[in-house]
Amino acid sequence: MMLDLVRKDSFRHGVHPPEHKDETCHLAIRRFPFAPVLIVPLSQHLGAPAIPVVREGQEVTRGQTIAEPDGFVSVAMHAPASGVIKKFTLAPNINGSMVPSVYLQPHPASSQEVDDGEPCDIETATADEVITAIQRAGVVGLGGAAFPTHVKLKAPEGKRLDTLIINGVECEPYLTTDHRVMLEQTADIYLGIRYLLRATGAKEAIIAIEANKRDAAQKLQQHIPEDLPVTIRVCPVKYPQGAEKLVIKSLLDVEIPSGGLPADVHTICVNVATTAEIGRLLPHGRGIQERVITIGGPGVQRKGNYRIPIGTTVRFALEETGVANNVSRVFLGGPMMGAAVSNLDIPITKGTSGITAFTTHETGEATGHHKIYPCIHCARCVESCPLFLNPSQLGLLAKNEEYTEMAGQFHLMDCFECGACSYVCPSHIPLVQYFRLAKKMVRKLSEAT
Amino acid sequence: MSELKKNLEIGSSPHIMSGDSVEVIMRNVVIALLPVCAFAIYTFGVAAALVLATATLSCVATEHFLCKITGKASTIGDWSVAITGLLYGLTLPPDLPLWMVAIGGIFAAGVGKFLFGGLGSNAFNPALIGRAFLQAAFPQAMTHWAQPLGDSRFVELPTSTLALPFAQPAYDAVTAATPLAQMKFDSIQAANRELLFGLTSGSAGETCALLILLGGCYLVIRRMMNWRIPASIFATVGLISWMFMLYDPAAFPGPAFMLFSGGLMLGAVFMATDMVASPITNAGCWLYGFLIGSLVVVIRYWGGMPEGVMYAILLANAVSPHIDRLIRPTVFGTGKGAG
Repeated sequence: MMLDLVRKDSFRHGVHPPEHKDETCHLAIRRFPFAPVLIVPLSQHLGAPAIPVVREGQEVTRGQTIAEPDGFVSVAMHAPASGVIKKFTLAPNINGSMVPSVYLQPHPASSQEVDDGEPCDIETATADEVITAIQRAGVVGLGGAAFPTHVKLKAPEGKRLDTLIINGVECEPYLTTDHRVMLEQTADIYLGIRYLLRATGAKEAIIAIEANKRDAAQKLQQHIPEDLPVTIRVCPVKYPQGAEKLVIKSLLDVEIPSGGLPADVHTICVNVATTAEIGRLLPHGRGIQERVITIGGPGVQRKGNYRIPIGTTVRFALEETGVANNVSRVFLGGPMMGAAVSNLDIPITKGTSGITAFTTHETGEATGHHKIYPCIHCARCVESCPLFLNPSQLGLLAKNEEYTEMAGQFHLMDCFECGACSYVCPSHIPLVQYFRLAKKMVRKLSEAT
Repeated sequence: MSELKKNLEIGSSPHIMSGDSVEVIMRNVVIALLPVCAFAIYTFGVAAALVLATATLSCVATEHFLCKITGKASTIGDWSVAITGLLYGLTLPPDLPLWMVAIGGIFAAGVGKFLFGGLGSNAFNPALIGRAFLQAAFPQAMTHWAQPLGDSRFVELPTSTLALPFAQPAYDAVTAATPLAQMKFDSIQAANRELLFGLTSGSAGETCALLILLGGCYLVIRRMMNWRIPASIFATVGLISWMFMLYDPAAFPGPAFMLFSGGLMLGAVFMATDMVASPITNAGCWLYGFLIGSLVVVIRYWGGMPEGVMYAILLANAVSPHIDRLIRPTVFGTGKGAG
């Protein structure tokens, strides 16, 4: 930016990558068919893996709990389809490691009716009952973090939660799932907000939406229940506004202290799709066995927003939608933060917000003829980092393996890998990749001591 | 489906890039310099064209040769050495013997850039290193200035241009004094209009303030230059000289003269803004510009030389890493705003 004008309703720095949202934002959510085999990992969230409560060969009905949470920082798993548990085994995940998973073979002739559990009545439920119900429903952050939602609903000792922020920012290019959910599940969202307000004791809720989703903001505005203390705020479009720290900064102009949590500024931030799922599931005592994802990008033939069973493999999903001949890179999520897939037989989990496929055309732009130059101190990374880190300096330190210094005075561990610095770097230095490695090394070093 | 049978490539996110790249930025700096070069040739004729060509070629050839003999891929394709060559040429007196131009060019690219580690590692602006070397080696030739707009500038060369290497160059044309030298030694002040439009004697490319500002604006609009550096230099020089002018208008020339004379424009817009040798934060850039501005005023008013922009920038280049150490961005959640 030429002038450092302090703009209202937005955080400072950040970037404006091409949005590509108009390719899918007008496409209503469609139901995805069941794959012949669904792979349900026991750990789709941060925290302890769930403990299976079914046997190999057992018949399960869709929505039935197949694994119970192991402790507080853990959630339940539900059968994504009526069928047979074929086996418990190790299956590959996005990182390339093998994780304990359940193979479920959907019953082709089944009506796939969803199994109801014990309902959680919003009229009578206490805060703790709602929190337990959310854990039993297997709810995690559907925006991509996959952190168990019920854990953050309990304010830490001595802190109170005043403001509930419903994050409908969805700043990643190509992804339009939250956009569609806001348009199509408006009522679910408001019911979800009621549950969340009950659980947290917060006095008000703010729904944050970026200006490229005005239709969603309008729809939500029109349907605000009279007795619900909700406001809708439309923020200027800027990446990575969807990050918790930045959406709070944009809305309330407060900064979460370095290393702190939203609770430190008396707020709690929940993704809008997560909120909608809470509103949709809790009245019936159901669990998350499917989610809405955007399948898009230039490499996909039938782009769209799909309600897809958890455990569907990326391969099955892309075979259903069709891919271009020259597809060359597939990643889960959007192009700024999404992880590239090396093995198409990994399952879609609760944290998967989309599948984006690029062709050789886009990836040639991204890597092929882009040579890596030395850092020329152009300061574009410094101007883009929303956390005011110095990626240029961190990059040089990473090259020299000075990890302790990076973590110390240069706040490496604050970086949430939004990719803004790598995106703008005219030298094409893979800064985020350096920082991921450096963070891993810092964790290793601190474990060793 | 067969499309999904083949291998996929993987890579670290982000999977998209903004599109600007080093060679694009560098090429645009060259484009921004072209009007300045054209005007230099218009005012000083064929001699200036030869100086610019020799300067650019010697720098580019030096870098290419040094890359080859050290077994590296040639880096001339990133256009950065072309900037060094052009800028270096623009800082020279237009009738400087070409062999001196070539030696200085070899020094600029070889010592000023390559020995420091090439692109991204040059602690000092390489063009100014080349010029400083010539200033020390050939002080007389480096302070000999041709008249602007000489009648025969397009038809004949000054004899000094083609002087034999290591021979004392002979000067035939009427020599002129730069506005700064006139001011310093004879207390004659040039008209502001002449300074603005570059109708004075001086280095090949320093005379036309207007075209330099135009090139600078182009780069600022394309977000390829930090405008704060020249802004800070102009503000500092303007403010200090204005205060001194109020104190004694006879002894101290005012802001307009100080800003538009000598190498200040060229230096502030194209030299001080060398990304590699300037601070990375905006606050640091303001301080860096202030440092250059005050050094320029001090050298011009009280130094032994009429001009001080080159040394002011080189000194500030040396301080730049320390400015970066001193002024750091306040990390999100650590400053006053943190809840």
